[in-house]
Amino acid sequence: MKQVITKKNKIVTMEEALEHISDGCTLMYGGFGGVGTPPTLVQGILDKGVKELTLIGNDTGFPDIGIGRLVTAERAKKVIASHIGSNPNAGKLMTEGKLQVEFSPQGTLSERIRAGGVGLGGIFVDVGIGTIAEEGKDKIVIEGKEYLVETALTAEVSIVHAKKADSLGNLVYDKTACNFNPLVAMAGAFTIAEVEEIVPAGELDPECIATPGIYVDMVIPTKGVNWKWAWQ
Amino acid sequence: MAVDVRNRIAKRAAKEIHDGLIVNLGIGIPTLVAEHIPQNIHVLFHAENGVLGTGPSPDPGKEDPALCNAGGFPITTVLGASYFDSATAFGMIRKGYIDITILGALEVSEKGDLANWIVPGKRVPGMGGAMELAQKAKKVIVLMNHVNKQGESKILKTCTLPLTARKSVDLIITDMAVMEVTEEGLVLKEVMAPYTVDDVIRNTEATLKIHAVVNTIE
Repeated sequence: MKQVITKKNKIVTMEEALEHISDGCTLMYGGFGGVGTPPTLVQGILDKGVKELTLIGNDTGFPDIGIGRLVTAERAKKVIASHIGSNPNAGKLMTEGKLQVEFSPQGTLSERIRAGGVGLGGIFVDVGIGTIAEEGKDKIVIEGKEYLVETALTAEVSIVHAKKADSLGNLVYDKTACNFNPLVAMAGAFTIAEVEEIVPAGELDPECIATPGIYVDMVIPTKGVNWKWAWQ
Repeated sequence: MAVDVRNRIAKRAAKEIHDGLIVNLGIGIPTLVAEHIPQNIHVLFHAENGVLGTGPSPDPGKEDPALCNAGGFPITTVLGASYFDSATAFGMIRKGYIDITILGALEVSEKGDLANWIVPGKRVPGMGGAMELAQKAKKVIVLMNHVNKQGESKILKTCTLPLTARKSVDLIITDMAVMEVTEEGLVLKEVMAPYTVDDVIRNTEATLKIHAVVNTIE
């Protein structure tokens, strides 16, 4: 019996995808130092003039790499990240009071995003106890051991970068460009994937799919990285 | 810091790495440590963006932008390497699978407190993965200059900067000395020639325990 895929095709144009990203929205992004951050969507957000964003992701990239471009162009009012050191513009804007920065330890941040993506309210972590990272957080004792209560993170829109997608939005990542992407893909109320290759449904090996298409609302083809890497 | 001094510190740190260990290297001098590990030792290097089993830098022109370390620089992988997402990378750290982490620091206290992520009002890069690594790795080695740019000791009785983790550092290797955090206090193990024991004591605010024998690294 021939199987027929009846679900709506998720492949859209950049313009259709950008309709979902507007001023003031909470935007979660994949990537680690720009590696795995979707370049075409970042460029589209820049060109559309979207501002007042609350960005949630590992880091603020480099000044002209990854999400760093949105930070440099002063499109964000707030960032929740673990590290901003590789983008001096982020630090400068923070010092000037133009950018609110909320730090979360990297592993805690990744797990808070995962929690948001899997329907949990938060997580219990002992990392950061005895440091300023514990300030303002509730504590809980489980079997005699103290933990911080860290809230889950979700976003109105998540943007991710993958190597391959099929028309159902199933995603396969590429080596270390995976990083935060599968977590971010799950935590968005609306998730847009930018991918290097689009194949018909059924062509991806189900064993290799890292993000099931259920988490992905739209897929756009990438135009490729349009920045120079720090090492180039 | 001069290249030869950086390499000298890295070379000393490499002696702490034994066959079969899982090691995470920070950015800066810690990255150089990999170059000083003997060929016959099998070590799996962990990177917190999501790879276990990183290899040497690729040859020019062979870089893969989708294969980088946590600092964003191109790497290669060794036989048996694996990729995973960042939550899994930190799951490995929190669960205690990292045998050794080698980091830089702004200040270290004689009790092993580590400060390396913020100078309030001046430099606020963020902690990245340093809190997890410092708190959870089985052994924490700090590589740094012995004194700061003002010539003040970075090894203190008590840290003045906000902490990354309490009582976490096991070994400090600087351009002047090698010191171990022990139950009895901070022990001066070795000095780096041409510095003497007196030089190290003079440049260290923390109280150093000096045993009868202090080796010199020529």
